[in-house]
Amino acid sequence: MPDSPSEPRAPLDGYDLDGYDLAVIGAGPAGTAGAVAAAGLGLSVALLDAADRPGGQYFRGTASSTPQGGAAFAALRARMATSRVDHLAAHHVWSVTRDGEDAWSVHALTGPDGDGGEPVRVRARAVLLAAGAQERQLPFPGWTLPGVVGAGGAQAMLKSGLVLPGKRVVVAGSGPLLLAVASSLAAAGARVPAVVEASGYLGYARHPRALAVNPHKALEAAYHGGALLRRRVPVRTRSAVTRVHGTDRVEAVTVTRLDRDWRPVPGTGRRIACDALAVGHGLEPRIELATGLGCATRRTPDGTDALVVNGFQETTVPGLWAAGETAGVGGWQLAWSEGELAAVAAAVRLSGRVGPAVSERLRALRRRRDRLRSFADAMAAAHAPGKGWTDWLTDDTDVCRCEEVTAGRVREAVADLGARDARTVKLLTRAGMGWCQGRVCGTAVSCLAAGGTAPGSVPPTPARRPFAVPVPLGALAALDEGEGGESTGVAGLGRCGAAGPGGQGPYVLGEFADRTLDGVGTRGGQGAAATGLRDSRAPYGQSAPEAQRPSSPPPFGIRDASGPGAVGVHEPRDPVVPVQRRGTRGPGTPGGQRPPAPDGREPAQPARPAEPGRSEPSRPGGPEAPAPPVD
Amino acid sequence: MARRRAPGVPHDTAAFDISFDGRPVRALPGQTIAAALWGAGVVAWRTTRVGGRPRGAFCGIGQCYDCLATVNGEPNRRACLVAARPGDAVTTQEGNGRAGLAV
Ligand SMILES: Cc1cc2nc3c(=O)[nH]c(=O)nc-3n(C[C@H](O)[C@H](O)[C@H](O)COP(=O)(O)OP(=O)(O)OC[C@H]3O[C@@H](n4cnc5c(N)ncnc54)[C@H](O)[C@@H]3O)c2cc1C
Ligand code: FES
Repeated sequence: MPDSPSEPRAPLDGYDLDGYDLAVIGAGPAGTAGAVAAAGLGLSVALLDAADRPGGQYFRGTASSTPQGGAAFAALRARMATSRVDHLAAHHVWSVTRDGEDAWSVHALTGPDGDGGEPVRVRARAVLLAAGAQERQLPFPGWTLPGVVGAGGAQAMLKSGLVLPGKRVVVAGSGPLLLAVASSLAAAGARVPAVVEASGYLGYARHPRALAVNPHKALEAAYHGGALLRRRVPVRTRSAVTRVHGTDRVEAVTVTRLDRDWRPVPGTGRRIACDALAVGHGLEPRIELATGLGCATRRTPDGTDALVVNGFQETTVPGLWAAGETAGVGGWQLAWSEGELAAVAAAVRLSGRVGPAVSERLRALRRRRDRLRSFADAMAAAHAPGKGWTDWLTDDTDVCRCEEVTAGRVREAVADLGARDARTVKLLTRAGMGWCQGRVCGTAVSCLAAGGTAPGSVPPTPARRPFAVPVPLGALAALDEGEGGESTGVAGLGRCGAAGPGGQGPYVLGEFADRTLDGVGTRGGQGAAATGLRDSRAPYGQSAPEAQRPSSPPPFGIRDASGPGAVGVHEPRDPVVPVQRRGTRGPGTPGGQRPPAPDGREPAQPARPAEPGRSEPSRPGGPEAPAPPVD
Repeated sequence: MARRRAPGVPHDTAAFDISFDGRPVRALPGQTIAAALWGAGVVAWRTTRVGGRPRGAFCGIGQCYDCLATVNGEPNRRACLVAARPGDAVTTQEGNGRAGLAV
């Protein structure tokens, strides 16, 4: 009911799914390959994804043009349907907690937009985080006008919904994805008057080895480049869209040349008529579920934060593995290899045994992973944002889209009030405090807070976003019941939440958890000696684990529902059950029932505790997941 | 209004209607509400709380919350995630979408 925020809410019923060996978060190429590989080695696997079908960002939808690798992914999906993977579709994971050694809980909400209101807890002995990435955005005047859309977002909408944001679409920003997006938009019938790339492509040439050992990657770029040439799409490098024109929607953009540091060169602006702009500046790993647990992060060559993983894709928190874009952006083939590698390594860890076949498989996967990773790093370095990009901003440019905080106000907080980091700016201006919790503006706010003084282009974004999705309070409160053990962080949160101002704020957003999840993070940090799998190589990079960084006092726990930024009361609804496929489970039935198994199996027992020997990964001739088609 | 649809997509006889601010909008099975609206040339279905500025889908993948719409009377649904169903009534969401409360 939209206008009665303080009405008592029906308690939320939820259900537990216990007894899995491995919980995989994200059903993109990384998570799906990992789930199938783990099941092939005898593990019971729960694969949770917010979407209603597997595929992630790349293998999304049913677009008529099958993407490269589409057939291989279809085969993988078919394998999954007959495997022991329980695919939990439309499950939005908002928290992961460590309950003890080899004991994890993954907390999710169901429904197409996490609005089913039904909390689900999946318990597993290990967790593989494969949550992918989101687009990085750098603001510019006019970027909030309707018709300006994320480049990857336009691609996603085209793949899944077969629609375009306009008829004449300028594609701008930076990164290899832009060429792919422009070529799909053009193939779908849009006119693309220009592709505008802030860097250039010559940077790739500085990494001849990475290119040489990844010829398929070079071919991919050539393929998109060729498609654009055929369609006479001009590609302007070292340029950026510095203004969008229009009152209620896009009418034109100004494209300006940039210097080496991405500063606009005065007097070089050219106006291009268009009715939409697809823009993005590379991808950022979605790592908030892991940083909330204290996993260390590393700076990637293009200035994003990715999880530190060892040679077997394990994060710095033992038992929590990461694969795909969460461990650093690198494309679907790399994601696939990493997912499989992580799953095989986790199976070895859980069973305590490794046979010759599995050793050889691990070696081969690591070789492939390392080769692809070298290319990813070369690409990333070529598209790292220059520090002069903030010169695009006028004082009235909105930086935080949710809270409508302008660059002028952020600069004021920095220059006049002494803010030096994104967290302080947030407290002073509300930038990053809205719905998206700073996902969209985080990079921009950090750059502005650093005041252009940072030698690197993008300063670290220390803001923690422990909740991956806004969570109705009822879900937290429900967790509290019967939640024993060590998950005090979240259970405590539920209690605090219920005692919040009037109990009426329907959502708890991230800041609150700064206080409560820290304990979970520290508990998670066991010594590396606990690792059964020894890795001879150093991790890719280091940074202090998030949980060890000093954190400022938590500002606001629960937002008053009538205050700015508050959202409507969250009424539990009948969950929408997505298309059921074999091995795919939608959100559960209401009323605390566990979801019926599609094949009529006893629903309460989705997985049994491991039988002795069942997890033995080194069975000769045991089923193996198909290898990613990258060789 | 002319639909913008990728060529090569067969005409789907199972297309159905939803409504946007009272006028009919065609949707294809499997399309999200945001996709159906884009297909009808609509790119804004929300106004912001502070500036009253129009907004629509931005990230397309459920991350930015710019695409919030009121669907069948319920505010704050992410239109890029929620599938369109026959007869859905989508209305422009103003501010925080809660009628009767000052913002
Ligand atoms: C918007 C966008 C568009 C892209 N388009 C292309 C393209 O056209 N071509 C190309 O080569 N590459 C594209 N990429 C890059 C592409 O994502 C990667 O190369 C590849 O898909 C990475 O695979 P992954 O398994 O690591 O992650 P993804 O494929 O991103 O899969 C991650 C999955 O995790 C799920 N997930 C994340 N968080 C949660 C959570 N909290 N709860 C539940 N589920 C969750 C997501 O729903 C998603 O299905 C795109 C990326 C983005 C962000
Ligand atoms: S468009 Fe970003 S959440 Fe829907």
